[in-house]
Amino acid sequence: MKKQPVIQIENLWAGYENQSVLENINLNIYEADFLGLIGPNGGGKTTLLKTMIGLIKPYRGEIRVMGKSVHDGRCHIGYVPQMIEMDRQFPIRVWEVVQMGLLGCRRPLQPITDADREIIHFTLSQVEMDQLQNRAIGDLSVGQRQRVYIARALATDPQILLLDEPTASVDPQVAGMIYELLEKINQTVTIVMVSHDMNAISAHVKSIGCINRRLYYHGDKEITEDMLESIYECPVDLIAHGLPHRVLAAHNHKESHHA
Amino acid sequence: MLEVLQYGFMRNALAAGVLVSIACGIIGTFVVINRIVFLSGGIAHAAYGGIGLGYFLGINPVFGAIAFSLMSALGMGWVHRRTRERSDTIIGVMWALGMALGIIFLDFTPGYKADLMSYLFGSILAVPSTDLIIMLVLNLIIITLVIAFFKELQAISFDETFAFVVNVPVDSLYLMLICLVALTVVMTMRVVGLIMVIALLTMPAAIAGLFVKDMKRMMVVSVVLSILFTFTGLMLSYFFNLTSGASVILVSGLAYFLSFLGKKFFVLKSPGN
Repeated sequence: MKKQPVIQIENLWAGYENQSVLENINLNIYEADFLGLIGPNGGGKTTLLKTMIGLIKPYRGEIRVMGKSVHDGRCHIGYVPQMIEMDRQFPIRVWEVVQMGLLGCRRPLQPITDADREIIHFTLSQVEMDQLQNRAIGDLSVGQRQRVYIARALATDPQILLLDEPTASVDPQVAGMIYELLEKINQTVTIVMVSHDMNAISAHVKSIGCINRRLYYHGDKEITEDMLESIYECPVDLIAHGLPHRVLAAHNHKESHHA
Repeated sequence: MLEVLQYGFMRNALAAGVLVSIACGIIGTFVVINRIVFLSGGIAHAAYGGIGLGYFLGINPVFGAIAFSLMSALGMGWVHRRTRERSDTIIGVMWALGMALGIIFLDFTPGYKADLMSYLFGSILAVPSTDLIIMLVLNLIIITLVIAFFKELQAISFDETFAFVVNVPVDSLYLMLICLVALTVVMTMRVVGLIMVIALLTMPAAIAGLFVKDMKRMMVVSVVLSILFTFTGLMLSYFFNLTSGASVILVSGLAYFLSFLGKKFFVLKSPGN
């Protein structure tokens, strides 16, 4: 029995102004997958993620989310954006940030109910941030903020979770906690994650795709000859840093292939 | 001090002060956290074109100002949304163009034009009762819309990308917010004048933002501060025979710098910082 893909990408081309970043991307993401997307800077990882939620319009090709257009389908997606510098003075509390996940798709311009408040509290307790729900978001550490953003994405009651570099600016301990949390979430939610962190990717995800303009993806995370070749075509950061075997060691004992 | 209240113009002035403060406290909070102070200045100066048109057509200039500020707000807001990187240019253009249009309209208007100055520097001591009613209506519109869309407005101010992804109508809400700014600008213009609109729209909210990190509280504190500054300024202008609008702004500005320094001092002293 073939499973229905939750995200279907066909012949996708996208980019900025006069230069294409993504070329001929074809990808089916299936339910319950935990897909890690790796690739060099500027290779198009984030661009691909953004096309899935309509932040970037492809100039060719099609994306279906849960069989719907991106505009309707993204209501099934919980999005955790890349951490950027924020206005630490911004007057918003943790629970109000999570409340954003209930707006739009879930409650178009309607008042928040007690049931909604329960959802907010529940998602915050999932990421162990319920104790700090009345804090201003600017008073939190980077790792705490990241967890709040994950709670906000979960509050949308997503079938798919998209994360853009969720551990980019947190210390390893917090990163570990985030990955643990994601594995738990993955029991019910499909996850797509963009990351630089090759070690973490190989330790936690179910399948790996590598993007460098084109997508090199084989539907699993077994390191095959093909994959080695594609990694070769798609140089990732850690390889450039001279640590190729660490990347592959955890799952591939035929390191001599790579040498 | 209470004897000032026996004058009708003083009662009107205080009422105008309260009404303007309510609008400025609420909308000023959005202006400050969204960093659209310059855009608000553009709207204020574009509104001047409407005042000129009002005189030219012989209607209440406030209505001309409302029409012009709303149109320029929609125009600038739309450009601000589409081409983020150069939006300050178009704001500058509208800023200058609005002023020029106002002056040209007045050139074409025959007769006495001394009242014009009151729009530049404010005339809180000469606010007619009809304007108070207009202000009251504008306030009711502002309060109703902000209460109805508070969550969404807060969401698009904090993280419009996420709001967009969950299908919050970001563009429409943003334009609504800009229009509310425009209405507030028109109201404030009557009290402290076009030149100083920005001051009352930003300073109370900026002070509040230094001390509270809750948006609703920030609005309440801004409103209270704004009322305080307007009243103090009015009293100063009454007892020392000073220009009222300028006095209000001077009081606000002084309070802003004092609280800025106070906050620095306080933060340095408090443990853990």
